[in-house]
Amino acid sequence: MAEEKKPWWHSTYDAFDTFLRVPGTVTRKGAHVRDGIDLKRVMIMVVVALVPAALFGMYNVGLQTSTVYGLEWGFWQMFFYGLLRMLPLFVVSYAVGLAIEFASAQIRDEEVNEGYLVTGFLIPLIVPVDVPLWMLALAVAFSVLFVKEVFGGTGMNIWNPALVARAFLFFSYPSSMSGSSVWVSKTWVPALKDVDAISAATPLAIAHDGAFDAATGAVGQYSFMDMVWGFIPGSTGETSVIAILLGGILLVWSGVASWKIMVSSVAGGLLVGWLGQLAGATAVPCYYQLVMGGFLFGSIFMATDPVTAAQTETGKWIYGFLVGALAVVVRLWNPGYMEGMMLAILLMNTFAPLIDHCVVSVHTSRRAKKAVNA
Amino acid sequence: MSNNLALKKGLDVPIKGAAKPEVIKTVSPDIVAVKPTDFHGLVPRLLVKEGDAVKAGSPVMADKQRPEILLTSPVSGTVQQIVRGEKRKLLAVLVKADAKQDYVDFGAKAPASAAETKELLLKSGLWVSLIQRPYGVMASPELTPKAIFVSSFSTAPLAADSEFVLANALKDIQAGIDALAKLAPVHVSVRKGSCFAQVKNATLHEVSGPHPAGNVGVQISHIAPIQKGETVWTISLLLLAALGHVVNTGKLELTRKVAVTGPKAEKTGYVECLPGTPVKAITSVAEGVRVVGGDALSGECLGAEGYLGLFDNQLTLLKEGVEREWFGWAKVFRPSVFSSSWCYFSWLTPKKKYNMDTNLHGGPRAFVETKCFEDVTPMDIFPIYLIKACLAGDIEKMEKFGIYEVLPEDLALCDFVDPSKNEIQAIIQKGIDLMIKEMA
Repeated sequence: MAEEKKPWWHSTYDAFDTFLRVPGTVTRKGAHVRDGIDLKRVMIMVVVALVPAALFGMYNVGLQTSTVYGLEWGFWQMFFYGLLRMLPLFVVSYAVGLAIEFASAQIRDEEVNEGYLVTGFLIPLIVPVDVPLWMLALAVAFSVLFVKEVFGGTGMNIWNPALVARAFLFFSYPSSMSGSSVWVSKTWVPALKDVDAISAATPLAIAHDGAFDAATGAVGQYSFMDMVWGFIPGSTGETSVIAILLGGILLVWSGVASWKIMVSSVAGGLLVGWLGQLAGATAVPCYYQLVMGGFLFGSIFMATDPVTAAQTETGKWIYGFLVGALAVVVRLWNPGYMEGMMLAILLMNTFAPLIDHCVVSVHTSRRAKKAVNA
Repeated sequence: MSNNLALKKGLDVPIKGAAKPEVIKTVSPDIVAVKPTDFHGLVPRLLVKEGDAVKAGSPVMADKQRPEILLTSPVSGTVQQIVRGEKRKLLAVLVKADAKQDYVDFGAKAPASAAETKELLLKSGLWVSLIQRPYGVMASPELTPKAIFVSSFSTAPLAADSEFVLANALKDIQAGIDALAKLAPVHVSVRKGSCFAQVKNATLHEVSGPHPAGNVGVQISHIAPIQKGETVWTISLLLLAALGHVVNTGKLELTRKVAVTGPKAEKTGYVECLPGTPVKAITSVAEGVRVVGGDALSGECLGAEGYLGLFDNQLTLLKEGVEREWFGWAKVFRPSVFSSSWCYFSWLTPKKKYNMDTNLHGGPRAFVETKCFEDVTPMDIFPIYLIKACLAGDIEKMEKFGIYEVLPEDLALCDFVDPSKNEIQAIIQKGIDLMIKEMA
């Protein structure tokens, strides 16, 4: 019997269909009953965990603009400004990314994978809010195509696609991605059309220049608590320690992300930060490394991606520790880049399979020894 | 070698429909099937033709390569039909049962040597109840195993309670152990406080923990892991008792209490019947219900027209989950669906039993979350690496990652918990089949 020919858009149809209704597929072999969990649920948990950081980030976009340019905005005005600024980023990120995902699923004749739900949400949170949309579209297209689809889609990729999108922007368009004027949005404020960009350096940059006040514990004009709450310039999602921790609790609670990676990454960052203090590389106390820049956001949301992180439990400790340690090494002993988290995670993504390989080899040779002695 | 195993990892799957500990009926079926398809590694050769009279214990089929391995009829009667499938594959021999049962006499005598035990097992047709590891195939008569393992309990979902089913058979079980002990040291694992802890002539291991703690493979991997070149045999407590019964009485008596379980069982409880009894004689089966011989994780689909297998003492009745749930994954609460993951809220109701059906609850994807496999595998292996080695067909890696220690049933929970809905048991079986082919 000839198999019914499926229309060319069936992957797309299936994606929306199964988005609304659980597929009616029954088990054919193996276990007859299955757990209710599926990847859609796993991925949506991560998106939910990102919501506090995203909401706070939107408010903070407005807050930074109104503070830096001396506008008198209320809370809701700040929030809606941020919301309106962020929406196009989300739309572009999802539209471009999902279009490529759907097309690739169709070419591979597979179901559309949910992985991009998370990636598409992460990307707007880790880029400067004023990044031109065409740049964003280009970065998304590059990372989805060349970091995910060519390897076979979600589950097969080596590097975290969201971070590669950021790295693409960072190295291709450095003037839009770094410096002290990109972190505060002014594009959409009519009154600011003709005003020159005002320098608003992130605490990380200020600390890099050595402007740390040991007496008050402030980095430039920002106090430690400003950084914990997140009232500082930076990427939209990365500023608020509180909001990130809320998401982190959800991720650990639901078991979607590994707490081992989070803890060991923080430990690695603290240790190197402390060594840096001893060595005189910085005057900033080591725990400031956790609240400045994207360290915590990276540790909790990016390093823990189960596909690109180490997969063995021992490997996760090693991987996380090295992520945190390397990130702070880049921050302290590097004249060029102020932020090391992105590069540290991407580098450790590359080495994660090697770490796993070592862990598994040690384990199997231990087993073999045990067998000989038994 | 430790004698007490407290296993932590694993999962007891909370399905509704446990069998009440009472015998609800006794079935003397009209027709009984002898199925060669129950045995991994047996190529059957017919020894009877339609119209032949057989006794309970008479040979019906033999293995083609090793003709001393016999399948015997569990009833006396007349061969009514020989059922063949595609390419004339022998599927079953149907025996019409006599009103009065007539048994082959194997001699009520305890075997005095290994050779006598082997002969008794081969003649009575119980040889096929010995499973050989690695690979989980029928045992080879020419081999001597390192040890023989028996698990006296099952932790599988809704499994028959061996204390209820076999408490009266202690004498037979002891006789069976004594006979097998002539072949190799026997290890019996028991639950704390089990009546089977009284058995002698065997090394006892007290095992506790959630499923798969009752799986003999998991127990072996902790008691004495199988190395390359070693073989061990396992036998179910049910068939061990049958062997002991042959030793004690000389008769092959396979009648057992079968647990009828599952959310779709009209009446749960135990039914006394023979292996090969038609499913329909044991329980009524409604439209759209799947009948599984064995447990819901690694049992075999029998179908309403099927027959109980030699190893089975459980039937699980499940609804075919073809209905499509609106916004399933997006619901905050989804109280009717169980998930071991904390992404849902099943952990709020740890005592609740669920009306599970056969829906896959998602689409197949590449591996993403893999820690869940380790959480349900209480063995010293990395399940995901073993699975990937099997997928790649890499013999050397499969060996390294522990293919000798596992059967699909030991990783059945990986099937259950995987959010990417991979068929782990099928992957492992494919790996094992490749090992058998390449290492032969």
